[in-house]
Amino acid sequence: MTTSDIEKQVIEIVREQLDVKPEDCTLDKIFTDDLGADSLAIVELVLAFEEHFEIKIPDEEVENIKTVGDAVNYIRARRKA
Amino acid sequence: MTGRRVAVTGVGLISPLGVGNDDNWRSLCAGKSGIGPITRFDASAMTTRIAGEVRDFDATRWVPKKEVRQMDLFIQYAVAAAAMAVEDAKLGPPDDPERFGVYVGAGLGGLPVLEATHDSLREKGPRHGISPYFVPAIIVNLAPGQISIRHNYRGPNMSHVSACSTGAHSIGEAFHLIARGGADVMIAGGTEATVSPLCIGGFASMRALSTRNDEPTKASRPFTKSRDGFVLSEGCGLVVLEAWERAKARGARIYAEIVGYAATSDAHHITAPSPDGEGAQRCMRLALRDAGLPPESVGYINAHGTSTSADATETSAIKAVFGAHARKLAVSSTKSMHGHLLGATGGLEAAICALALHHEVLPPTINLDDPDPECDLDYVPHEARKVAVDVVLSNSFGFGGTNACLALKRVG
Repeated sequence: MTTSDIEKQVIEIVREQLDVKPEDCTLDKIFTDDLGADSLAIVELVLAFEEHFEIKIPDEEVENIKTVGDAVNYIRARRKA
Repeated sequence: MTGRRVAVTGVGLISPLGVGNDDNWRSLCAGKSGIGPITRFDASAMTTRIAGEVRDFDATRWVPKKEVRQMDLFIQYAVAAAAMAVEDAKLGPPDDPERFGVYVGAGLGGLPVLEATHDSLREKGPRHGISPYFVPAIIVNLAPGQISIRHNYRGPNMSHVSACSTGAHSIGEAFHLIARGGADVMIAGGTEATVSPLCIGGFASMRALSTRNDEPTKASRPFTKSRDGFVLSEGCGLVVLEAWERAKARGARIYAEIVGYAATSDAHHITAPSPDGEGAQRCMRLALRDAGLPPESVGYINAHGTSTSADATETSAIKAVFGAHARKLAVSSTKSMHGHLLGATGGLEAAICALALHHEVLPPTINLDDPDPECDLDYVPHEARKVAVDVVLSNSFGFGGTNACLALKRVG
């Protein structure tokens, strides 16, 4: 899976989960402040990433994933590892 | 009740008869049935395969798409019906939010999401099988909670839970709250959405449901010889209650005045009513005393009338309370049309009573083809009746032997 594949799929999941428009869902967007996610929505989003990419994201690492780009980078690194 | 007068200034109705106030009222006046085959799930293994399902409900008319999955259906109904009720009352945003409250209950709450989540827990395990929205989607008081968030109502907010009298108790408690000065405006009533395998199966296991699967529109037939159980329905019935002086001052249309309320308990059995409906009798008497009205003032009773053996008990309770006047007043069970909405039913029926006073029309008991000799009152058979009455009662009784009775009065 290339970085651009991961990016596309992450954006698709974020759009679906948080119900945001494609043009609003860019890599620099912060889930909470920019995309309206509350703490429960973040949990749901993380679980969706886990299921889709077949990885596990420990709770203590979730706080480092603040933007769409953070998620892409995290998932890319985990999939390589 | 001594204290401030209370007006009914809005209603919000969702039932198998329609989504919205006009559709519901039209169907009630036309004597239509909302009962049909179960489509929500495969009911082929069930002894009862009919229910009153709400059709054509699109939650995204009232709730943003991403928030829909945070609510089980009973909460979606409540949010939608509250929006309708507020609009119907032409309330606008609250001028003093701390004086606005919400009492909306459910008898059972979020069974469909609970059942689906239990399935996914077993399939996927706890981490991926349970949504972080599971708890707020199913707990009963998220119905009033979600309403308060959307309308900025910062006063009392809670759910009264009393099975099939939930909606009536909620409205009665809200009435007394306003009367004694605890709030100025309350959204009150009940909501329910449990056309699910566990719920249909549970009531079927008690042999409480009609099995007239081949004739769904004839299945809810209160007061008949051939009645064979209630028909489970879903929906939401809410009213806007408002301090009388406030409603008058803003020139609100007032459907009716709510003048009396009582709550009693049979202290008898988990599901069966007490002999002769002793608890129901006391409840009607106390509601009339609360209203300061004599039994002879009552022109119509919206009966609990579930299409079970308890219809005869309710009939004898009415006779005991009203004596000779029982023969003069009209009684109907609108459950013959909308079925039994469990925790929502008392809210819907109280709203119907307010509309009946306002429009001067008594909705009928349909399917009354073969009256039970033990049920020998004027049940407004088959067709609605155009008549102005001054005072109406709405009876609601629930498992656990709990009873509620509301008294409403015509304006003017």
